[in-house]
Amino acid sequence: MDISRFLFQVLPYLMEGIPVTMQLTLLSFALGLALGSVLAAARVFGSKPLSIISRSYIEFFRGTPLLVQIFFIYFSLPAVGIRLDAFTASVIAIGFNSAAYQAEILRSAIKGIPEEQYLAAESLGMTTVQTYRFIIFPQAIRVATPALVNEFVALIKYTSLASIIGVAELFRRTEYMVSYTFMPEIYLLAAAIYLAICLPSSQFSKMLETRYAIPGYKRALV
Amino acid sequence: MSGDLLQISGLRAGYEKVEVLRGIDINVKRGEKVVILGPSGSGKSTLLKCIPYLVKPWSGEIRINGLVVNPDPAILRRIRASIGFVFQQYNLFPHMTVLRNVALPLELSKGMSRREAERIAQSVLDMLGLGELAGKYPLELSGGQQQRAAIARALAIDPKLLLLDEPTSALDPELRYEVVETLYQVAKQGRAMLIVTHELDFAEAAADRVVFIDEGLIVEEGDAREVLERPKKERTERFLRRLRSRHSG
Repeated sequence: MDISRFLFQVLPYLMEGIPVTMQLTLLSFALGLALGSVLAAARVFGSKPLSIISRSYIEFFRGTPLLVQIFFIYFSLPAVGIRLDAFTASVIAIGFNSAAYQAEILRSAIKGIPEEQYLAAESLGMTTVQTYRFIIFPQAIRVATPALVNEFVALIKYTSLASIIGVAELFRRTEYMVSYTFMPEIYLLAAAIYLAICLPSSQFSKMLETRYAIPGYKRALV
Repeated sequence: MSGDLLQISGLRAGYEKVEVLRGIDINVKRGEKVVILGPSGSGKSTLLKCIPYLVKPWSGEIRINGLVVNPDPAILRRIRASIGFVFQQYNLFPHMTVLRNVALPLELSKGMSRREAERIAQSVLDMLGLGELAGKYPLELSGGQQQRAAIARALAIDPKLLLLDEPTSALDPELRYEVVETLYQVAKQGRAMLIVTHELDFAEAAADRVVFIDEGLIVEEGDAREVLERPKKERTERFLRRLRSRHSG
């Protein structure tokens, strides 16, 4: 194989997909976090019907393939007059999907704070809002951080599904290069690039965890 | 009687369908130290938690300074801000320093500025010999230090009444000592205290009155020495004998 062609033609072409992959990841993660927070709040604080709606949403998005969700939003919604470009459709599909997982991460983090913390806050005369704001949420977010970063890393990889509806992200460009050059080893290069993006994110997760860990909390770093 | 700081009458409470307290009457005067004794499961801890409505009573009446405790949030907050509560498991907030643990309630419940709250918090910690630990996080401390910090947190709001729920029971014997010392120190301040504890020496030396509870009812109550040295009821005597033999053995 011609190394110079690999280095100067294939690699730069693939690398142009990285910003698109990262935009897809960041936007869908942010959408997922915003929507996930609302869904988690509905389950923790909401009335019964609200909680059921949230739960149904979560079960639906966790129980159906992300690929089907992408296809549905891109190909089926135009039938009811909602026409989205491939990039937007991907962000919405991946974001809606991630919201279900992020909601569960946040919910279980809140639920994991021991009852005694509520009792202590109440005994000191704090209101419910103050209890959540100063006592429960700050602890829950620390509990949730590693799982949220895991979700972020998972999304980096899931964005490759956007290639199927034509978003020119990293994997779409890989496929294009493979069919153009007939060099299937390019898949390996793509895998290496994904790895190079994901590894620092995992490191970042560990850093966040260490930095925001509650001092004295002897919890093994995952 | 009507001038008493705490008046509890006909208190019944429980969990689910199980009745734990079956009609309790207790009064505590201003500045009075009352120790509650009783076997585990007798309802002592539930009784203490009912006072600031951490456990909601089924029936009966609780008055603090003449004010009837009820579920109205504004009244409840006012009452809770006038009572200090110390838990068996300390229940400090692990994500903030000891200083913040003590100062935050002052800011939230008493509307103090952060600066003022931290100044008071530091002085309370200094008083209990914890000044140097102000910047540490709770889980970096020993159990005894955590419990003393929890006592500081309860004291900082300057409560008229301090409730302590087995403050030494979660601690190893060698750590109990420092907490008991702190309890003596607090007892000297003239604040009313209602303490559930098995520390008989403390009860004998510092309590004005002892109340013995079993199976959700008051079995015997009276002057601390009287009850501890010459209990009238057989059940009280048996309980004290068991407790003493456990401690000496």
